[in-house]
Amino acid sequence: MNIIVAIKHIPSTADDLPVKGNNLDFDSVDFVMNEFDEQSIEQAVLIKEAVGGTVTVVGIDLIGELDGALYLALAKGADKALKISADDPSVDSHQQAKWLAEAIQGLSSDLIFTSVQASNDLDGQIGPMLAAYLDMPYIGGVSSVEVSGNTATVNKEFAGGVGAKYALSLPSVIGVQASSKPPRYAPVSKVRQIAQTVKIEELAHSAQVENSAGLIFKKMAPLIMTGRAEMFTGSPREVATKIVDLLKSKGLA
Amino acid sequence: MAVKFEKTKSIEIEHAVIDGVDISGRWSRMFEQRVIFEYTPELIEKITDLPNAESFAYCYQCAKCVGVCPVDIVGDYGPRKLYKHAQTGADLTTSPDLWLCTTCSNCLRVCPKEVNMVKIMPSAREQAILNGNFVPKELQYAFENTARTGNPLGQPQRKRDAWIQSAGVSVPIIKDLARPVDVLWYVGSYPSYHPRSMEAATAAARIFTALGIDFAVLGKEEKDDADTQRLAGEKGLFEMMSEHNIQTFNKYEWKEMVVTGPHELNAFKNIYSKCGFDRPVLHYTTFLARYLDQLKPLLKHEVNIKVTYHDPCYLGRHNGEYEAPRKLLKAIPGVELVEMGRNRENGYCCGGGGGGMWLDSFSAAHVKMRLSEKRAMEAASTGANVMAVACPFEVSRFEDAVKATGNEHLGVLDILELLDRSMRGEQ
Repeated sequence: MNIIVAIKHIPSTADDLPVKGNNLDFDSVDFVMNEFDEQSIEQAVLIKEAVGGTVTVVGIDLIGELDGALYLALAKGADKALKISADDPSVDSHQQAKWLAEAIQGLSSDLIFTSVQASNDLDGQIGPMLAAYLDMPYIGGVSSVEVSGNTATVNKEFAGGVGAKYALSLPSVIGVQASSKPPRYAPVSKVRQIAQTVKIEELAHSAQVENSAGLIFKKMAPLIMTGRAEMFTGSPREVATKIVDLLKSKGLA
Repeated sequence: MAVKFEKTKSIEIEHAVIDGVDISGRWSRMFEQRVIFEYTPELIEKITDLPNAESFAYCYQCAKCVGVCPVDIVGDYGPRKLYKHAQTGADLTTSPDLWLCTTCSNCLRVCPKEVNMVKIMPSAREQAILNGNFVPKELQYAFENTARTGNPLGQPQRKRDAWIQSAGVSVPIIKDLARPVDVLWYVGSYPSYHPRSMEAATAAARIFTALGIDFAVLGKEEKDDADTQRLAGEKGLFEMMSEHNIQTFNKYEWKEMVVTGPHELNAFKNIYSKCGFDRPVLHYTTFLARYLDQLKPLLKHEVNIKVTYHDPCYLGRHNGEYEAPRKLLKAIPGVELVEMGRNRENGYCCGGGGGGMWLDSFSAAHVKMRLSEKRAMEAASTGANVMAVACPFEVSRFEDAVKATGNEHLGVLDILELLDRSMRGEQ
């Protein structure tokens, strides 16, 4: 079983996101591995442990700091790490999907994991686009995967607490929301040992396409708080009267 | 010429009659061959084979430790019990027991055999982590946060010195000063980021300024000491962080380092010293007690409160400082200091040490009440209005504990906050 995990390096939302021009001020943000990637790496390693095979992690290096995330993935049980150096923090999801597809095409993969989404890509485009480029089926919102022979059985989550079980023929692309078990801990000594001994292979990529997503950033600005909830106080009767008055004043009652 | 002594020969005779009196004893069974049935030793050897954990085997099960173990007081624990569990088939490296010890060191204080849980526990935990055994989720997050962001709270490094803005005095950053200082103040992760602990940091800044101390902080270059992570089993993380910190500390010229927290004191004074860092480090209570004569005239406002002081394990038992905090409290006009039953050498642990700070829910599930709750009840029973602390882990722990035990009337304040209140009047 040849399993690929495509990971994403994204601006950390632990800090404020400063804006410069029409995009983030990339010099003033930290880049971290997308937290959902930890789930997809864990899911990939669990499958490897169950049925055998290898796990290869691949990602686009936007600012020259992806190695740390790849070392972590190796410490958590991945066997091989690859990177595509972009040296441009503003590369969008469309371009990333294209480059990832180029890299994965030559790897004769059986199962490809991406994250269901990332905080800079909440509509989760990488997975479906990658599947389209590779001409493979895609399923997202997946919360567990089991593999038997040439079939993967996955649980997919829908809104409202509804879930469904699907059988997929391989190869397929799967967008992972949560792995079957919580991500394991990789001791720092192991990560450091890998960082000292492993050389991460770099892959070439095609020319960057200008405005590949077809979207133009016209303006980007931090959210401005314009109002806040009003708290009604008093007895239940007084509060009820105030609510009715408010609804009436808005023409809703 | 050295005097030569002849070795005396012991006389062993079965029957001895001296001056007509038969003084024959009976042979101690220690000298007789007999079959002693013991449980299989494999699970004890599994621990004693680990580096620094050999003293686990010294236990002769006298149970002195159990009586003073803070976890046993609210649960079922103690080194002697861990030894017995290992004798009877429990593997410490996979047992929940592995995570309950707070490395408070009260057992070591009373142990006649020097069974040292402060060394055994980190080794056993490290082994569990390296084996890929269960690591409680909360602790895993604290480790990952420390590795990723430089502090267990997961806050951005860029904001490490943001607290300075609320100090109301200028707090120089050593890099910007570009000159030697008398005091390098290591603020610590919780005083830098935790909203409640931050009040101790701003108070310290005002006190140092009022005393005219030539000090500076590391600002954005400061990272967590990671010693508590080491005690919780993450030695690799500790090595990574200590290498960074020692390099940063040695970049600058300063005479003494003052730390806000006892865990940092222990880290830099006792542990970093084994990694090549050997410069003077003081807890703020020890440092300020030196300035008592200058400090007293600044403490102008009476606070009129009854205070009980909680000895932090890593300031008291681990580093022997019991009096400086009490001297500072007694210097505050209007403070009546009362002691809890367990104080000084026998101070009761708040539960935050050795990783307990990041195992709150996990530990709570294995004891009858949290250690911090037990201690808050002890503090309340003294009739005090304020529980004074000297460790940044403690303010938030005890504030939760006084609420959980229905003792909201008991305030929890760092000694720095009390000094600051007396200096500036009630804020």
